[in-house]
Amino acid sequence: MEFVVFALFAVLAVLGAIGVVVARNPVHSAVALLVSLLSVAALFLVLWAEFIAVVQIMVYAGGVMVLFLFVIMLVDLEQRGFDLGAGRIGPRPSAFERGLWSVAAVAFGALVVSLMVRSLDLPLPGADRATTMLQGPYAADGRGLGNTEWIGMLLYTDWLIPFELASVLLLVAIIGAVVLARRDQADEYAGKGAA
Amino acid sequence: MTLAIEHVLVASALMLTVGMVGLLIRRNAIVMFMAVELVLNAANLNLIGFSRFLPDPVGQVFVVFVIVIAAAEVAVGLAIVLALYRNRDTVMVDEASTMKW
Repeated sequence: MEFVVFALFAVLAVLGAIGVVVARNPVHSAVALLVSLLSVAALFLVLWAEFIAVVQIMVYAGGVMVLFLFVIMLVDLEQRGFDLGAGRIGPRPSAFERGLWSVAAVAFGALVVSLMVRSLDLPLPGADRATTMLQGPYAADGRGLGNTEWIGMLLYTDWLIPFELASVLLLVAIIGAVVLARRDQADEYAGKGAA
Repeated sequence: MTLAIEHVLVASALMLTVGMVGLLIRRNAIVMFMAVELVLNAANLNLIGFSRFLPDPVGQVFVVFVIVIAAAEVAVGLAIVLALYRNRDTVMVDEASTMKW
């Protein structure tokens, strides 16, 4: 049952990802991305990460998605055609170049898959911690993993400094986004003075 | 068939590959940012998968940090896209070639 739900949403997530890449209209890409992100949230639920699943829905579906759609609406939707290959700048690559890139792509894929398979043979550390967690004070529901309490405990003890640094990073990102996106006021005043 | 770490890794690798391909073949900066989100989500899926099967809740703490970084990245990145559009009237990355030698 667990596997069926996981496979269903994994297929949906990958299909959504493919939709993001191949959609001609950026709005369609955004909707496909939403499908993919919500499917990943469902995968998180299957993998006992309830808190992360809710954060995923709130931050991605709520925040990032709205930001993407705003920017798509603000810029010109009548872009010059589809950007996949069409109207590429520079000469078409030769057969040799294309063959080289194909070999490189296949080699990269093989490397990723082989690393993935190899990593499975390595002994997983921390297996002894499993029993501690499963019998820990927060194991009221019989699993003890994925609870908000566990994440909160870790965030405010072991990972306190990274957590506080993340808030500084968010502040910098807010200021940076505002500075980058606003119109230059000096130009407007200069324009008024000239007129 | 019971769920195992291999299934999570396969799903994650597929999402990562699709995101990387999107990053490489699209020229629209907004769609490229969406592809970056796919790559980051694939990484998150991996972390959550190992957190589930080790099991170790620290993986979920890492995912919180990745989500924070991704949100900051997308806010600044889309602001850059807006500034690019305002100055150059395009969001295609290969048309922003002023600094290209």
